[in-house]
Amino acid sequence: MSTENKTVESIPAITIRFAGDSGDGMQLVGTRFTDTSAVFGNDLATLPAFPAEIRAPQGTIAGVSSFQVQIADFDILTPGDNPDVLVAMNPAALKAHLHDLAPNGMLILNEDAFEEKNITKAGYKVDPRESGELDGYRVFQVPMEKLTKEALEEFDLPGRAVLRSKNMVALGLISWTFNRPLEDTENWINNKFSKLPEIAKANIKALKTGYNFGITVEAFHHTYVVEKAALPAGEYTNINGNIGLSWGLIAAAKKANLDLFYGSYPITPASDILHELSKHKNFNVITFQAEDEIAAAAASVGASFTGKLAVTGTSGPGLALKSETISLALSAELPLVIVNVQRGGPSTGLPTKPEQSDLMFALYGRHGESPLPVVAAKSPSHAFYAAYEASRIALKYMTPVILLSDNYVATGSEPWNLPNTEELNELETNIITKLNTEDGFLPFLRNVDTFARPWALPGTPGLEYRVGGLEKEEGTGNVSYDAANHQYMTDMRAWKVSNIANDIDKLEIHGDETADTLVLGWGSTYGGITQAVNRLNEKGVKVASAHFVHLNPFPDNTLEVISKFKQVIIPELNTGQLLKLVREAFLVDARGINKVSGEPFTAQELTDKIEAIINE
Amino acid sequence: MSKIPVTYKRTDLQSDQEVKWCPGCGDYTILASVQNFMAEMGISKEKIVFVSGIGCAARFPYYMNTYGVHSIHGRAPAVATGVSVSNPDLSVWVVSGDGDALSIGGNHLIHALRKNVNIKILMFNNQIYGLTKGQYSPTSEEGKKTKSSPFGSVEMPLNPMSLAIGAEATFVARSIDMDRDLTAGILEEAKNHKGSAFVEIYQNCNVFNDKAFEQLTNKETKVANRINLVHGEKTVFGEDGHKAVVIRNGIAQIVDTKDVDESEIYVHNIHEENPSIAFSLSRLSHGPYGPTPLGVFRKVQRDTFTEEVHDQIDNAKEQKGEGELDKLIRSLGTWDVS
Repeated sequence: MSTENKTVESIPAITIRFAGDSGDGMQLVGTRFTDTSAVFGNDLATLPAFPAEIRAPQGTIAGVSSFQVQIADFDILTPGDNPDVLVAMNPAALKAHLHDLAPNGMLILNEDAFEEKNITKAGYKVDPRESGELDGYRVFQVPMEKLTKEALEEFDLPGRAVLRSKNMVALGLISWTFNRPLEDTENWINNKFSKLPEIAKANIKALKTGYNFGITVEAFHHTYVVEKAALPAGEYTNINGNIGLSWGLIAAAKKANLDLFYGSYPITPASDILHELSKHKNFNVITFQAEDEIAAAAASVGASFTGKLAVTGTSGPGLALKSETISLALSAELPLVIVNVQRGGPSTGLPTKPEQSDLMFALYGRHGESPLPVVAAKSPSHAFYAAYEASRIALKYMTPVILLSDNYVATGSEPWNLPNTEELNELETNIITKLNTEDGFLPFLRNVDTFARPWALPGTPGLEYRVGGLEKEEGTGNVSYDAANHQYMTDMRAWKVSNIANDIDKLEIHGDETADTLVLGWGSTYGGITQAVNRLNEKGVKVASAHFVHLNPFPDNTLEVISKFKQVIIPELNTGQLLKLVREAFLVDARGINKVSGEPFTAQELTDKIEAIINE
Repeated sequence: MSKIPVTYKRTDLQSDQEVKWCPGCGDYTILASVQNFMAEMGISKEKIVFVSGIGCAARFPYYMNTYGVHSIHGRAPAVATGVSVSNPDLSVWVVSGDGDALSIGGNHLIHALRKNVNIKILMFNNQIYGLTKGQYSPTSEEGKKTKSSPFGSVEMPLNPMSLAIGAEATFVARSIDMDRDLTAGILEEAKNHKGSAFVEIYQNCNVFNDKAFEQLTNKETKVANRINLVHGEKTVFGEDGHKAVVIRNGIAQIVDTKDVDESEIYVHNIHEENPSIAFSLSRLSHGPYGPTPLGVFRKVQRDTFTEEVHDQIDNAKEQKGEGELDKLIRSLGTWDVS
């Protein structure tokens, strides 16, 4: 294609947001642009946002779905703050997202959607293109529907099917504007519609139409390019948190020489883990779509009893339902990983929005004295390692482990420098095949280092034993109501968990170690916090950060790290849960930066708030 | 399953734990029946797993010298599903009660039956909550006066046989604690059945609901009230077989044998695919009052969940080869940074 009629401006980074009706294919366009940029060599991070309704009324704000991606020629950690480019497929998308667009940002409108009916539906009294509210932005109106119809005239497709391809026009135009080749997406289309060649051809035609519109229309002749990022050498893939987590579980099972069992009941945003794992039966993965959340957990306990790496996955409301079953695993001392992809709560809450509000619930949401280890994923690629780590602890210590992710980690994506799988540590188990005393088998005779009990599997002759939720006698595992024994077993279960502090990675300090202020975080705020601390350090503001992967127990050097600083700031997407834990455990007068708006922190927001606290 | 037939003495199947049910409880008889049966069932005891929920019956696994899980209230079918599908080589038995299986665990019961998981569910029905000291259960008769229903229960009880048949169960049977031979015969049939077996066992709770099944156990009344379902045989009962079951317009009815042509008398067929007749038989009584069918209602073949899950895994391995981690993490496409 001709490139003579354009100027190319090189820029270090750009944040683009695609917004449209939930049926407009914005997630697809965003994903395609992301993948093309990844292959090109940019660093990137994405943030999809969609309504909880599958197809909310067309043209309304409630039905707007969006996808934001930041691409950069340097190492980035977040999907960007305010987009530099907004593609709005209809007035509702404009209304819902305009307030985020950076000053002088590029605004690409699908002008065919700006009919009076749609303008009113979006809640505008007057056409926003005429009211002056778009002043201060660079507005490009593109007749996307007209272009699509004209381009696809030659195909024998029904009218609705034709208009479905208008997202490809948008993608083509953005590809032109940001100098991205079309080949990758063409291949993807051909692959996806291999059985429907007409549809494939039509979509490619639409894609090229958008691209050619850029070539033709002078307004688009100033283009941009984001060069390759200087990422550490390696082989990369673009991965989201749900897939990373799923693969981490598969890897853990392999390295423990066990088969994986995943019991789950469909729930947003955790269902994609079930979808992903159910594809990989050739890894001996059993996926069990249970009749309800409780059955998903209970079947996983059954699977664990037989010697599987048993995992049950859910999101907040489902974790509540699983609570009693987790207590059973805890009391029976069986390994079990419970995945909670957090979303906004309470109750049904905000099913498609991120929140970190289940931390206290993960730690304490069970009856009785029931401590268990808690691990949190801090980014999409880290979800792989967090799943691996949760599995390691469960198997080594014969305990249920809660693995926290959230909607931001689960659906966002980033490049992942692939590990050498041979270097992943083999995972220990407590499987026993012979009697552990001369007099017989003692199912609760503990390992002297880890306090884990032996894992005898049905099918093993001579080790037949019974286990349940009633209190067990240390050693024999027989039902015991003895007072001293219950005290001992309660203490032992707690000690077993707190002892893990010696067997996990230490808390590391990032940024200026000589600073007075430490920003402490956990989970998905990692990218935002780290970027904010980097920006402040660049400005000369002295500040450091540390990020918890283990929330119970905390790493054994936590007090030492915290003691180095005069001030501790804890940003969280909740009302201050880690804040309470840290204040209680380390008696430090920490300050919170808290938000529960269903949106992640932007790096700039954290930069400003942290600086303001430092300057007080 | 073990290829060499294994036989044990009953005592080999007994654990070293003291049995702690109330003296005179029907559970003792059932425990003895099960231990006797399992001693000769031909499966080594390390391959047997008992799973239970909560309630008096749920203590059962502690008394069996096999593998066992005493889980939580109502969830035994779900736990057992996980056990069975994880290791198809195991013989998995669920012991439950009417409250555990039909009230708090109703959802798990119907789905385990529907999926035809290869588990055998023994539901001891005593029509009362025993462990919590005497509240009405989902099988208690209407009007039942208990601690929680001093003016009588106002609830319609469930018919467990009808429920199981409605839930697409492939094996449905009913026995009674006192009849060890009937129980042993049903256990044998259940063991040989591929898929879920649901066995209701009427069980006397002599403390909170004594004599609930008296009409079926009392010498004076039992002949008149026990309709013994025997595969391939005409369904007649009562003194000298003077009563018979006939199916008219698809509905099972009790008639005087002398009033009908012999050819009209229902010949029991446990393998009938259509569940309507088995369902209709289950409606002959609503609780152990008056003529009540006992025996195997239904035993039909259907693919089991346990096998099908593993067939899919085997197929996937055949088509794609054993999973390789290095291929998996590259499956979405990669690029190199040098």
